[in-house]
Amino acid sequence: MNIFLVPVKFSNTALLSSVVEELSHKFKGGIKIFDINLDINNSYSDERAQYFSTQIIALAIKKTDDLNGKVLILTEADLYIPVLTFVFGEAQLNGKHSIVSVCRLHEEFYSEITDENLLKERTLKEIFHELGHNFGLKHCADWDCVMHSSTSIEEVDIKGNYYCKKCEREIK
Amino acid sequence: MNGKAKILIVDDEKVVRESLFHWFEEEGYTVDTAESGEDALRKFEKGKFDLFLLDMKMPGMSGLELLKKIKESDPDSIVILITAFASVPTAITALKDGAYDYVTKPVDPDELAHLVKKAVEQRELKIENEQLKEKIEEINKPDNLIGESQQMKRIFDLIHTVAPTDTTVMIRGESGTGKELVAKAIHINSKRKYFPIVTVNCGALAETLLESELFGHEKGAFTGAHFKRKGKFEMADGGTIFLDEVGSVSPKMQVELLRVIETKQFSRVGGNQIINSDFRVITATNEPLEDLVKAGKFREDLYYRLNVFSIIVPPLRERREDIPLLAHFFLNRFSTSMNKPIKNISKEALDFLVKYDWRGNVRELENAVERAVVVGKESSIKVEDLPFHVSSNQFEGNGDGKSLSAIEKKHILNVLCENNWNISRSAHILEIDRVTLYNKINKYGLRQINQ
Repeated sequence: MNIFLVPVKFSNTALLSSVVEELSHKFKGGIKIFDINLDINNSYSDERAQYFSTQIIALAIKKTDDLNGKVLILTEADLYIPVLTFVFGEAQLNGKHSIVSVCRLHEEFYSEITDENLLKERTLKEIFHELGHNFGLKHCADWDCVMHSSTSIEEVDIKGNYYCKKCEREIK
Repeated sequence: MNGKAKILIVDDEKVVRESLFHWFEEEGYTVDTAESGEDALRKFEKGKFDLFLLDMKMPGMSGLELLKKIKESDPDSIVILITAFASVPTAITALKDGAYDYVTKPVDPDELAHLVKKAVEQRELKIENEQLKEKIEEINKPDNLIGESQQMKRIFDLIHTVAPTDTTVMIRGESGTGKELVAKAIHINSKRKYFPIVTVNCGALAETLLESELFGHEKGAFTGAHFKRKGKFEMADGGTIFLDEVGSVSPKMQVELLRVIETKQFSRVGGNQIINSDFRVITATNEPLEDLVKAGKFREDLYYRLNVFSIIVPPLRERREDIPLLAHFFLNRFSTSMNKPIKNISKEALDFLVKYDWRGNVRELENAVERAVVVGKESSIKVEDLPFHVSSNQFEGNGDGKSLSAIEKKHILNVLCENNWNISRSAHILEIDRVTLYNKINKYGLRQINQ
């Protein structure tokens, strides 16, 4: 199974390389960076100063639906869905496409402290989480599982950094 | 935990419905959506939902109107209203109309996730609580307090009259008539039913033990008091204390009882701390307490304090029409618990049971049927299975026959039974010859059963 990483409004190449390396260890298929020049300006809300994640996924589907594998958009843009103030990411349950924003995974967002290792750890957790939804997983009750629901940064930090045995079995 | 919770999202904006649908679906909830209040009501009629998320402003029926309609149909439904334009008056209206909560768009995902999780947990707890209450009622149901006789119908009426009050009740009746079952029936039909009913058999305990049993004791209060122990009055807090055989309480304890019943305050044996307990008192006695009062053995003031409402449970011989019902009830219970295929009682055995002079009342009948189920080998209980070595026509008539022949019949039978139907020995005791005894056995139709 190939995983296509699609950077959109994403400039942190060091983080991108680390993510590719880590994903290569965890997934057997190829991890490919795939640039599709996605214009997401129409997904921007002036009122909220955020991008509507569902619309971005819809745009990406048009350009990548023929790809054989999972497509994960990685962005530094702050994402939202209506009703909610923000989302860390969004995925099609049992589908192909997902998106993860690192905007609120930066420690600077909360404490003005830069911590690249923490950013990498959080980013990987959210990538595994959204890919898990693509593989059909719902939220897991186990706090040691990366599929545990995380609606705040504290919960992202508390939960485990990979799938629990039960969720891993379901992916396989 | 929330895998089975069903959520209905009602919003006129498709994009909102879809976003929330996917977001809650990932959480593991079963989600459905409706584009209007009318659409929501149609879906609500067809299926049950645990939680509703309603947009406040919608074309046609508003969120507040929909909230009222949902609550009219199912007052236990959990409804959360979502609005883009928060105002204190609408929030108050929503909460007054039964909304669980009220959130403003956009809402923090953490807040919404925990709000919904908490609401679903609350609903689950409420349902579980209802189920447990039903279970407790089922377990506590005094199921063998049964009868269709006029006497029992009157007892049931009295129970239902006095149960909802906090009145002290005295239950009178012979041993084995079911006084404790009446006490339990009063308790479980009262507002105290979710608190314990604590039974104390006053006749079974010596004075000092009864004091410690009723009031509890502090550690070291007496030899052997290695631990602090709560008394029955303390354990009955919120519930009922049932004092069985209250006529046997010693004069000293009668003073203590009167004081505690009036003040609802006491101290543990060996302690100084005043303990308050809110209990209802039900007593039972098979003794004529009025006679004990006249004889100076029972305090008159305590008698009047306890005998506020009196229920007299009739002996079984005064409600013989209930015997078939009771006998079949016990038969079903014991044949089920012993896994035996005995389903009926033969007409002869039933006639015998109805005519028998049940001095041990319902308890004796219960034991007789249990014994018959143990020894019974056929699909119905026979006279031979019953635990009486007597003739089925022993108790013809009402069992209280005063005629000379009835007394003679009974006396001969007693002697025969005492001597294991040894004719020579029985004849010798009766001071008649063997032939005369045989003639009387034939005359009265006596025969040896179960030998």
